[in-house]
Amino acid sequence: MSITQLPLLQQLVLVLAAIVLFTSFVLLAQARLVSAIHAFAWQGGLAAAVTSVVAAAGHTPHLYFSALLTLLLKALLIPWMLHRLVHRLELDRHVDLLRRPALVVMAAVALVIFSYWLVLPMVQQELTFTRNIVAISLAVVLIGLLMMVFRQQAVVQVLGFMSMENGLFLAAVSATGGMPLVVELGVAFDVLVAMVLFGVFFFQIRANIDTLDVDRLNRLTETGGEEP
Amino acid sequence: MSALLLTVLLPLAGALVLALLRSLPLAGWINVAVSALSFAASAWLAWSVAAAGEIAGLGFRVDAFNVYLVVLTAFVGLTTSIFSRPYMRHVCKTGLTTERGMRVYHAMYQAFMFTMLLALTTDNLGVLWVAVEGATLATVLLVSLYRTPEAVEAAWKYFILCGVGIALALFGTVLTYFAAQHALADPAAGLTWSILYRHAGGLEPAVMSLAFVFLLVGYGTKVGLVPMHQWLPDAHSEGPTPMSAVLSGLLLNVALYAVVRLKMLVDGSLAGTASPHLAGYLLMGFGMVSFLVAGLFLHRQRDIKRMFSYSSIEHMGLMTFAFGMGGPLATFGALLHMLVHSLTKSAIFVTVGHAAHIAGTQRIDHIRGLIRTQPVVGWSLLLGVAAIAGFPPFGVFTSEFLLLTATMQSQPWLTVALLSGLAVAFAGLFRHLHPMVYGPAPEGQLPVRANLLPVVVHLGLVLWLGLSIPPFLVAWLDRATQLITGAHLL
Repeated sequence: MSITQLPLLQQLVLVLAAIVLFTSFVLLAQARLVSAIHAFAWQGGLAAAVTSVVAAAGHTPHLYFSALLTLLLKALLIPWMLHRLVHRLELDRHVDLLRRPALVVMAAVALVIFSYWLVLPMVQQELTFTRNIVAISLAVVLIGLLMMVFRQQAVVQVLGFMSMENGLFLAAVSATGGMPLVVELGVAFDVLVAMVLFGVFFFQIRANIDTLDVDRLNRLTETGGEEP
Repeated sequence: MSALLLTVLLPLAGALVLALLRSLPLAGWINVAVSALSFAASAWLAWSVAAAGEIAGLGFRVDAFNVYLVVLTAFVGLTTSIFSRPYMRHVCKTGLTTERGMRVYHAMYQAFMFTMLLALTTDNLGVLWVAVEGATLATVLLVSLYRTPEAVEAAWKYFILCGVGIALALFGTVLTYFAAQHALADPAAGLTWSILYRHAGGLEPAVMSLAFVFLLVGYGTKVGLVPMHQWLPDAHSEGPTPMSAVLSGLLLNVALYAVVRLKMLVDGSLAGTASPHLAGYLLMGFGMVSFLVAGLFLHRQRDIKRMFSYSSIEHMGLMTFAFGMGGPLATFGALLHMLVHSLTKSAIFVTVGHAAHIAGTQRIDHIRGLIRTQPVVGWSLLLGVAAIAGFPPFGVFTSEFLLLTATMQSQPWLTVALLSGLAVAFAGLFRHLHPMVYGPAPEGQLPVRANLLPVVVHLGLVLWLGLSIPPFLVAWLDRATQLITGAHLL
């Protein structure tokens, strides 16, 4: 069954999900911290939009609540917290250039293809819709992972972490119609606590190495480093 | 049911009280009291599970497999809290941490216990994930408690690596839920382990094997399986010692528990396919690699806590391997090994904490002549390491012997790898241990006020388990074996 034969609302979900994937690429290559936070907020907003469309398409009203939760948490609260942290750390104008941008973006493209390959076994089981959406969310998760590997700035790493969460949320909502409420609340709580702790750590790292470039966190080695 | 709720919720209440409490000496005592009450409740829980066979309700489910881990968790939590009260006061006096840091410490200690017990008792895979992630969140501030550059680095690494790992586990959980949507009459119950287990045969094998890979990598990060182990030695060496004891003794066990539960589901799902033992082989591979690599890394360590954290990786690898091998004998051995490893390793970390206080450093080169400076600490360290290296008559010997026998039965060639791995690890431990315990004592090292009650109790129990395992425990472990493998050992 080709994509054009899907119900319109499902097509809309796919389009929105594709834009979420696009924001992942934006996040990956964005050099300015503040713009990266904005891109992340957009991604959260789009994830919330996907959720509400899925809710409308599948007549699952409890998903409206998830959509609202995501909008509040991922599109408003966490970006706002990051904004404040960046402001307090005086990193408003900070530019963190991606090293070897072409290579990293190509790697991300490869990850998208890999995700599609990984979900191939699900062909016989489900229709085009689910397969596409699982592949896209897996790609978002993996690009978040890639971002955490290639970017050395602590704030950007946190953005990568949070966008991984977005990908997971997308998978849960669109492939399964949302996790049970207690799990969803638990995950949201964990994400929020993690964000608060990340904030604490930004200051601890800065107090210790005078920068948020975590590449410079390199004192711990297998053999215990040099003699003090 | 009330025993269960008491066991799980007491630490939560404790965490809230301790977060608000200002008086430091009192906080230490409350920490001990809450842990003691929680342990008493867990004993009561074990009693009722033994009578009823299984307790389920309100999203919880306790059977023979998790009840023994609940009791173990509460017990190690209690003894470590007894050790940590004077130890952390000493730390606070030396200025390594502030009074506020101590408040965070006590509150997070109980919060950590809560997440561990919740992860063990819940029947919901989603809640299990939330609890295991919660355990990272509760301990990450404790790893950076001393605020040194090393500690902050270790905590950041721990946070990021475990965060990523556990995110992958969530993806696996979502896939499991997805598979359940088609297999269950009531899709909303698709994360309830007991229901999934009953319908495991109907879960789509392709989706479940993909899910298991993600789950294994995710929870495996927490178990400390190579190559996802990078956070573990750092977090253990830079965090406060009581934290190392509970991380090694409890957190790794709980993560392994999660992996085993999920393996049971995947095995059920793959039973009729071309590769029914996929999950088992994955576990065996990861376990064996961790076991061998960690044994080699033992030789290179210069930090005493780092060294013992590699020993934890080694033992977790051994257990993962055994659970992967399956079969009643291997599973029984692995369950017993979980128990004796937790007890021994937390005893060792307690001793190591004292040894590091005596020497004023954690560097192995500077810890010398413990038996001369303070014989109790030296002997405890010596006996603890002898126990963990698998000497008779300690319990680790019994479980490793069972595991070797099981390997000889089902995978004879791997016995060679296992035996050489054990020998390498033994050499790695003893080449560092010998000068630390014997050897001339450096000038100016003074005995510290040692609180070795937990060590004596733990090593005593391990010795007892090595000489004769009490019948009720055998029955317990046998029932757990029957749950996991479907066959009794005895």
